[in-house]
Formats: sequence, C-alpha cells, structure tokens
Amino acid sequence: MKTGELNKDSEMLYSGHNACPGCGAALAVRYLTRALGPNLAIVLTASCWSIISGMPPLTALKCPILHCPFPSAGSVGSGVKRGLKATGQSDTTVVVLAGDGGTFDIGLQAMSGAAQRNEDYIFVCYDNEAYMNTGMQTSSATPFGARTATAPYPLFKAGQKKDIMQIMAAHGIPYAATATVAFPDDMENKLKKAQKISGFRFIHILSPCPPGWGTESSDTIHLSRLAVSSGFFPLYEIENGVTWRMTNLQEEKRTPLKEYLSAQRRFKQMDEARMAQLQQEVDHDWDCLMEKVVTCPSE
Amino acid sequence: MAYEMLSGSQAAAAAVQRANVDLVAAYPITPQTAIVETLANFEAKGELGGDFVSVESEYAALACCYGAAAAGARVFTATASHGLAYMHEVIHWCSGARVPVVMVNVNRAIGAPWCLDPDQGDSLSQRDTGWMQIYCSGAQEVFDTVLQAYVLSEELLLPCLVVFDGFYISHTYEAVDVPEKEKTLEFVGEKKFKAQVIPGAPANLHGLTTGDNQILLVKNRHETMIKAIDLFKDVNKKYEEFFGRSYKVVDSVIPPGSTTVFMAAGATVETIRWALPELDDCGLIQLRMFRPYPAEELCAILEAHEVERVIVVDRNCSVGMGGIFSQELRAALYKMEKPPVVEDLILAGGIDLTVEMLHKALEPVNEDRLTDQKWGVDVR
Repeated sequence: MKTGELNKDSEMLYSGHNACPGCGAALAVRYLTRALGPNLAIVLTASCWSIISGMPPLTALKCPILHCPFPSAGSVGSGVKRGLKATGQSDTTVVVLAGDGGTFDIGLQAMSGAAQRNEDYIFVCYDNEAYMNTGMQTSSATPFGARTATAPYPLFKAGQKKDIMQIMAAHGIPYAATATVAFPDDMENKLKKAQKISGFRFIHILSPCPPGWGTESSDTIHLSRLAVSSGFFPLYEIENGVTWRMTNLQEEKRTPLKEYLSAQRRFKQMDEARMAQLQQEVDHDWDCLMEKVVTCPSE
Repeated sequence: MAYEMLSGSQAAAAAVQRANVDLVAAYPITPQTAIVETLANFEAKGELGGDFVSVESEYAALACCYGAAAAGARVFTATASHGLAYMHEVIHWCSGARVPVVMVNVNRAIGAPWCLDPDQGDSLSQRDTGWMQIYCSGAQEVFDTVLQAYVLSEELLLPCLVVFDGFYISHTYEAVDVPEKEKTLEFVGEKKFKAQVIPGAPANLHGLTTGDNQILLVKNRHETMIKAIDLFKDVNKKYEEFFGRSYKVVDSVIPPGSTTVFMAAGATVETIRWALPELDDCGLIQLRMFRPYPAEELCAILEAHEVERVIVVDRNCSVGMGGIFSQELRAALYKMEKPPVVEDLILAGGIDLTVEMLHKALEPVNEDRLTDQKWGVDVR
C-alpha cells in the first residue's frame, strides 16, 4: 500500500483513542498494526500507550492488548508467544510494544534475555526520547542537550543517547530496523519483512512527541523527516547482527542538525557549543554506521 | 502405591511432571535449584510434556508464566528468598490479572547479610499479594499439594504459592508415593480456564481503570479466595478417593486434657509432632493454608478442645512486631468468648527447632514483657 492510500479494512487503530494531537506513537502503532494485522496479539508495557489504548472495556485497537508491569515486557512477550504455541495458535504474530523507558532503561534486561533466547516475536520500541507519559523526565534515550523535567534549565541531559541498535545488533538477532513516522512505506516494509522472519525481531521507531519536545502537533512529520535528513536518526536495517543496510537515500550533504534542534523547545536553551558537540557526535555515529553498511539504496 | 525416595524439591518437580504443564520457566536460586534441575532432566529425557525455558531472572520467570497463562497455558515456576522478593511486582500482577499460576517457594532468609537458612519471611512478605499460600511439612505433602494447587488455582482463577522449608524439606529425602501419570492427569483434569489473549478478539486486558472499579475487582478476588477453604475440602475428598490421602486446611493432634498447643506451619510441625509424647498435656496445630486464612476452622479447634494457651512457632519475624503467624492468630481469635493466650517462639533466621526449646517455651513468660515472645536464641 502506498502512502495516503487508505484501506479501511486493514486499519486496526480505532478513532477516539487517547493520544495527544500529533502523537508520533499513535501513528507508529497505526502503521504497525495495519502492516501486521489482523492475526496479532500485543503485549503492552507501561508507557504513553497504556493511556492511548483507552480504559477497559473500551479499547483503541482491533486486536488483544495484554498490559504488563513496566520491566516485564520482554518476558511477558516470551510467555504469550509460547502460550499461544502451546495452545495451537503458532501463526499469531506477537508484538511487544514499549516506549523508550520500557526498552532502553527499565525493560532492557528482559528484552536482552528474550533476544538472547531468540524468542519468536517482534519487539517494537516507540521512542519519544523521555518518560513522556509521566511528563518528560530524562531517559537513557533522551538526546544530549535536551531539557527535561528532571533536567530543568539550566540543567540539560548530559550523556549521549544510548545506542540501542548496536546493543541489539550485538545480540545477533535475525532482524533489527529503525523507522519513523514520516516514512510509513519504509516502516511497513520493515514490519512486513520482520513478520516473515522467525525469532527475535526489533523495530526502533522514532516517535515525535509535541508536548514533550515542545513542537506544534502539525510539525510531527516534518520533525520526523528532519531527524532522518540530518542523520540524527538514520533509517536502516540489520540482519543477523552483521548485515547493515541503509533503507533511505541520504543526500550527499545532510541537513544541519541545528535545523532539527531549533524547531524544538526542549533544545531552546542549548548553546552553540553544545549544538556543535551534538553535531560532532551525530557525524561520528554516521561515519561509524557507514563503515558497517554494506549497501545503500540507489535512486 | 509406587514409592520413590525423593527430596522435597524432587517431589515438587515430580508433581509438575504429572500435571500436564504447558510451560516451565526456570531460574536457579538456593535452595530451590533442584526443582528446576529435576524438571530440566525430565525435559532432557522428553518426559516433561511441555515447554521449558531458562530465563534471565526470577522476575522474568514469573512474567513469562503470566504471559503464557494469559494465553491459556498451564504454567509452573519455582523460587526462594530474594527471587520471590524480586518477583514482587509480578506476584501482585498475576493475582490482579486472575491467571492461575502455580509457583513453589522454598523458604530461605532474605539478606542482608546473605543467609541460606529457612526463615519464612520470604513467603510471608508476599502475604498481601492476592495469592493462595499453602505450607507443607514433608515431601509427600509437597507432591500432593502441588497437584492440588492446579485444581484450586484453575477453579478460582487465583495463583497459588506452595511453600516449604529450605533444606529441612527441599533437601531431605523421604519415601514418596508417586502415582501413575495417567491417574494424576485424571485428577488434575484438562484445563478449564479460558485464555485471555484470543487472537482476533479485541480486548484491552488489565489496562487502566478507576479506584471505583478496582475496589470491585479486589472485593471479588477476596470473596473468591475465601472459597478456597471449602474448595480445599472438596479437592481433598476427591484426592482421598484417587490416592487414599487427604489434608485439611488446619490439622490438629490434641490429646484429651491438653490445654496447651503448639502451632506451626512447615517443617517445624514435624519436630513438634515427634516431641509431643514427651511434652506433657500438649497438642499440635498445623496451619497448612495461610491464604485464605482459616480463622473459623482454627477457632473451632481451639474452642472444641478448650485450649488455654497457644505457643506459635514462628520461623520468621516482622521486625517491630514479632512472629507473623502469631499475629495472624491473635487477630483471628478476637471473636472468641474465651480466647487462649497466644505466645510466640521466634526462630527468625531459620534456626533449628529443638525439643529443649519446646520445653523451655512451656515455661511461663516474663510478666514484664510487653508481648509474649521468646526468641529461639534465648531458649536453646
């Protein structure tokens, strides 16, 4: 299906869900359920989506959602998949859905355990780069320089964002990919590809958060695109931890990171020196990525 | 009857192997490790009959069981001490989510400092999590109780913790009657509980709710768990018919004329039972079911025998209050017209109970004491 082409039958996100206007996470889950449904079961850990999914008996998705304690998503996913297999329902796709907190921080151990065991499900991290459900507190996915509720001005997030993709690649899992909401075709392609593979699959989705990032709800797609074009969030996939492949053509010259940062109030107090430092970091990560990449898409 | 020499841990594993469990999630911790190792050996020989997964923590073990049970699978895990404490959040969650998980906890002290002895504080710390708790005093009882736990748990949709002392029971061998699997399967029966996660059926399972709804759910869980007392009787009637053995929620051996009884849960029961002949005019009450708490049954026994004094052997201590089983008993007795005096012999740290201690426990308590407590270290 092409962008903008709507097939109501394949939509699994109901209208009336509880997401904020312009929520990247709502879009991400809309695309992912549309790509993977309808034979789908979702394990959902504490995150914005705990609210977005609605208050039972209401539900925002056309598939079962099993809520679970914050650190447990990776393990509950293992249980659900194995339980479905034990009861003769091996063909159901199990998705574990977690935010960056439930992936990079409190959920890392369970996810790592499941990845190492090569559990047969898709772990999807929708990354809005802080604890947004509780009001924008720092996580290890928060980028350097961002202001958060636990790093208020004149403080700022001091360390670099954790490189979760390298961590997952190091587990040697069959498939890992980055995606973001400005590129729904890319996201759906990756999810559909992941669905055909068995074993542990990891999809890292950058999901802009208007209230947290300090942006207009209408800017979500623009920001998602800037994150990619600046090289802050490159789109790529990794097979078996070793075959790295870009999935999105990059201009010879990437857009300056400053353009991406200046569009968000969380970076408002970031001075030139820190912006330069982050640009340097992004350049370095880009170079490292290019060393690993085996093929780039051509026009 | 097919007797095998089994440790308590092996007896637990043998019961799991005979219950058609779909998934065992395993993580080692002393003194529980032999349970998951025995199950792994069944798996290695192709005799487990279900899925076996070695996970990365106790937290993961129970979380994995939660997911599988929500998908309709019969599950098992075992732990002890720090492992049980580490699971705490998921322990609550399993009860709230009404998944019939059966778990064994082998009592062991919680640090600091590290200690391997069988203090009961680990399982008693999980008193208020909404799990049934049954305490066993020997390997046969462990085998029988694990089997029965599946029936209780799946009938009431409440998880069940089967508890026994580290080393005294987990590592001690006794002759255990292990019935044929065909018969145990007939007793446990097919899974009757419904899966919660049903592909194709939209459901927002255990998502955010209000306090107004939560209180109804808690009330329902409470009222359902109370039913376990009567259900335990029915289950044991059936067990008697199948295997010629049965248990009560509270057992007692009170010779006529005895006005003092010792009350205990777990391995110390057997020490007291052994010592009874030389303890003049003393009886024994074994508290087997701790949650739900069989208050009526306890009061009825105490009333019928006109018991004047209960000495509770507590291999645990709620620091700042005292032994936990004695507190629970005191709370249960307030409706009695002539409640007995309740004293406490505290064996925190999981120390040995000796016959000498029991003799000394019978000596009158110091009247200056605010509570009627004796510490094991002071009377040995």
